[in-house]
Amino acid sequence: MENQRLSFYEEAKGNGVSRRDFLKFCATMAAFLGLEASGIGQIVKALESKPRLPVIWFHFQECTCCSESFIRASHPLVADIVLNKISLDYQETLMAASGVQAEDAYKAVMAKYPGEYIVMVEGSIPTENEAYCCIGGRSALQILEEAVKNCKAVVAWGNCASAGCVQAASPNPTGAQPVHKVISGKPVINVQGCPPIADVMAGVVVHLLTFDRIPQLDGLGRPKAFYSRRVHDTCYRRANFDAGLFVESFDDEGAKRGYCLYKMGCKGPVTYNSCGIIKWNDGVSYPIQSGHPCIGCSEAGFWDNGPFYQHLPEVAGFGIETTADKIGLGLGIATAVGIAGHAIVTNIRKHKEITNTEPEEGSKIETTKES
Amino acid sequence: MRNRSVPLREVHVWEMPVRVYHWINALCIVVLCATGYLIGSPLAFMNGTEAYFNYWFGTVRFIHFVSAFLFFFNFVFRLYWGFTGNEFSRWYNYIPLKRCQWKEMMEVIKVDILQLTNKKIDSIGHNSLASFIYFITFLIFLLQCLTGFGMYAAMSNAFLPKLFAWIVPFLGGDMQVRQIHHILMWGFILFAMVHMYLVFYHDYIERRGVTSSMIGGWKFIEEDVIERHDNRTEECPKD
Repeated sequence: MENQRLSFYEEAKGNGVSRRDFLKFCATMAAFLGLEASGIGQIVKALESKPRLPVIWFHFQECTCCSESFIRASHPLVADIVLNKISLDYQETLMAASGVQAEDAYKAVMAKYPGEYIVMVEGSIPTENEAYCCIGGRSALQILEEAVKNCKAVVAWGNCASAGCVQAASPNPTGAQPVHKVISGKPVINVQGCPPIADVMAGVVVHLLTFDRIPQLDGLGRPKAFYSRRVHDTCYRRANFDAGLFVESFDDEGAKRGYCLYKMGCKGPVTYNSCGIIKWNDGVSYPIQSGHPCIGCSEAGFWDNGPFYQHLPEVAGFGIETTADKIGLGLGIATAVGIAGHAIVTNIRKHKEITNTEPEEGSKIETTKES
Repeated sequence: MRNRSVPLREVHVWEMPVRVYHWINALCIVVLCATGYLIGSPLAFMNGTEAYFNYWFGTVRFIHFVSAFLFFFNFVFRLYWGFTGNEFSRWYNYIPLKRCQWKEMMEVIKVDILQLTNKKIDSIGHNSLASFIYFITFLIFLLQCLTGFGMYAAMSNAFLPKLFAWIVPFLGGDMQVRQIHHILMWGFILFAMVHMYLVFYHDYIERRGVTSSMIGGWKFIEEDVIERHDNRTEECPKD
């Protein structure tokens, strides 16, 4: 690693990025982050002057779809810089080094930039038995704990690192835990999604660099700039929801007309993400636009709140396809039967009381005659 | 003509605010359950039209939200009345902290549920078991308000719903909150069924005018029951 640390812009220039493309990127990022016009200048200045963030990027129990998403950002400048140069730091999938050299690389980052480097994590951490995920003879938990000790902040990429995703779905055989559950004392940014939107990932990195602090987070640790609104509230099919126009099967008239996918199990109403605005693949489309209901991949426990094509989740412990409504109806019928039974028994057992016309035993007041 | 001469006295049990609360609550619950169920599984009765011309589902949701606010403030009012109302509406009736309350509950189970004996329960207001069940329904009310406003907070900037915004991260996300909200709806439905049956049952067996008491406030109570109630030494009616 050179002694002089280059800025993002300098690195980009070296890679042949024009000034014009650089500015376009900054403007896009400012828009994604919801900054005012002056924010563009701040981003430009930060990317021009501040040294590139040292990054250690870990892969634990995951499928690398977050990395795959990241390198497909519509303006892949940040991804380029972070990933092209990350072989100097540490990124298991993309780094050239292996074995001892790889280990040395990330140890060098920790030694060189204490309190400055960012730990980015893809994947959950097994706690049932730490041996389920080991790299270089050490467990994921050990590696993470060591790396986090002197880091500036932790970015948890995707649902695995933010909420455990499929590994943590019931019965969670490896005891998979998200990052924020196993470490403490450091800010954790949960960049949710399976995978997160590439531009959201880039936006988080740019924010960290520009403002030198973590973005504003919601109650579940997700950056508010991207996760404060429901997919439902920004959905272009929303008008059909309010109008009560629903797709009932994937090949019906409603589906052709682009009605609301709520009855097809769309999790848009319970999912916070910016799919409806930023979209995917350079703003081409997103699941709902392609006619598929949202599966709620940026929400904790979305695997356990399935099935995907049913809005009401199954209730654990009641067998397949048992929803709260089915159980409720069953209990309702049972109650009605119980009531009917009780009413019949009452008429038999309490017959005397019901037909009783004698004054109560032990009452002291004389009876009054009715005319 | 069959008639029966029992020394009865009219007792004013349910004050006007309690009765108003009851009927607003009942109305809200019916409306909330009906609209809530529709929101959970809407009828797809329209086809071949465009969204521009319709808004029925939005209206259903609007009615649900308005009733929810009414339900909430009505509920808050009832909690307040639990500290200022008459002896039958006070909070201590509903929380079984005393031995005699548990004892009466056992008796009610024996007499009214299992029908093992024909003894009459003395209570003038709610009996202990009924009170305890109402306490549980109050907890369900509370949970329903928490989860409901929790979900509502995301689409509102109003002060009140924002107070409940923490509930979503607390329970792990909207999916979980929604599921709990949905399950609790069935609690309301089951409660309403049993509640209405038992009102009929008690009127049928005890003939104290319990059904109309929620309209006029008056119950017909046997003289000796009132006497025992007035002469009781501890908080609970006679042992």
